[in-house]
Amino acid sequence: MSFDTPDDRRYLESHEWALETDDGVKVGISDFAQDELGDVVFVELPDEGDSMTQEEAFGVIESIKAVSDLYAPISGTVTAVNEDLFDAPELVNEDPFGDGWMLEIDPDDESELEALLSAEAYSDQVA
Amino acid sequence: MSLQMPPLRRVHDDRGAKVTEFGGWEMPVEFDSIREEHQAVRENVGKFDVSHMGEIEVAGPDATQLMQRLTSNDVTALDVRDSQYAVIPDTDGVIIDDTVLYRLPDADGHRRYLFIPNAGNDEAMAERWRTHRDELGLEATVDNQTQEYAMFAIQGPNARSLAADVVDEPKAVGDLGRFEATDASIDGIECWIARTGYTGEDGLEVLAPWDEAEPIWAAFDCQPCGLGARDTLRLEAGFVLAGQDFDHESNPRTPYECGIGFTVKLDTEFVGRDALEQVKEEGIEEKLVGFRLVDRGIARHGYDILNGDGDPIGTVTSGTMSPTLEAAIGMGYVPVEYADEGTVVRIDVRGRNKKAKIETTPFIDTV
Repeated sequence: MSFDTPDDRRYLESHEWALETDDGVKVGISDFAQDELGDVVFVELPDEGDSMTQEEAFGVIESIKAVSDLYAPISGTVTAVNEDLFDAPELVNEDPFGDGWMLEIDPDDESELEALLSAEAYSDQVA
Repeated sequence: MSLQMPPLRRVHDDRGAKVTEFGGWEMPVEFDSIREEHQAVRENVGKFDVSHMGEIEVAGPDATQLMQRLTSNDVTALDVRDSQYAVIPDTDGVIIDDTVLYRLPDADGHRRYLFIPNAGNDEAMAERWRTHRDELGLEATVDNQTQEYAMFAIQGPNARSLAADVVDEPKAVGDLGRFEATDASIDGIECWIARTGYTGEDGLEVLAPWDEAEPIWAAFDCQPCGLGARDTLRLEAGFVLAGQDFDHESNPRTPYECGIGFTVKLDTEFVGRDALEQVKEEGIEEKLVGFRLVDRGIARHGYDILNGDGDPIGTVTSGTMSPTLEAAIGMGYVPVEYADEGTVVRIDVRGRNKKAKIETTPFIDTV
């Protein structure tokens, strides 16, 4: 089975993605990750204004069958939370790179993104 | 030890199933989506490969006595082709395993039974039967046939009408009462078909020859379902799962604590009877209850159940998001004073105290 891995963003080995936008860095989980989890039924996310550190857990995602921690792809401050996920967590399954986004972060140091995997390297990991 | 493979392992791979280890077997956990599979069973029909379940045949002049001795229910109540749910207790009345046992047609003038231990328990149970047989000097054969049978569960409101299209003797299957079984063939292949199951829906369980598993599985043209949906379905129905809601080593429980005291017939003689009589007379201190979370979150196996002061009073044994109710439900043991419907408790969900209410099981209407 092949999975979408858009090359406009960077990836963590733990399957989160980070996309640089005009407003900061958007964060979500990969197509591979949502497929592995199965039906997503719950997400626990930080509040706006919370700070986070790269590669540390920032929240939890639960499918019917499993619970997984979510890890921060970059250090910074949360500027937006996708509250649609609280009522419609299935958006993560339906559109993991779009409507299923989780956070927007104002990064402390954008160069941290360079340590993350390219789309190609991440594709190789999940192939 | 390498994992055992069900006869349809390759077929499941081709269908894109995700697999998991369960009871020493590599089994499909999900084919499409747990939610879709669950819904198919509640509203229409789905099929499960449960070939990891054990099959042990007990036959001979003393077969009835041996079965009666080692299971809690009354096997003498069974007519040919009837089945019953029972537990296999130890001398303390603690459940070693739960099982469905069938009375097969007699052979050589003697009774025959087939019982279904849980995955991975087949050899231990066969050994237990042989040991007791020898100690008691009984005449019975104990044959572990787990590798001879594939087992499928066809479950859902339309399960029997689908089966009627598939079997060579539709009337025999259509006339089955609950917990009744029949010999029936599918495309000429002899099977044992029982009106049993573990989803809370009407349905059938089919025992087919291991080598003929593929055509039998294919004959039931409906949604394939994995162990993931089996778990959400059985939990909505309030059915206990061995190894999770009770475990002989890590969570020893009597049938009375588990809420399956109906499987215990104290007017029969069986291992553990005296201990269970005492439990019944003295009453239980803890009880398996259902609960529904009021706060957002999901309670999982092993999470603490707390009282209003935040003190631990019990442990969650099963928990999930119910696809039918779209609510987080679960089961766990609490002291009996907390077991009444509507009692508010708390569940420690990864360090956060979530409000939950005790709820009578089953969580949904079942057949």
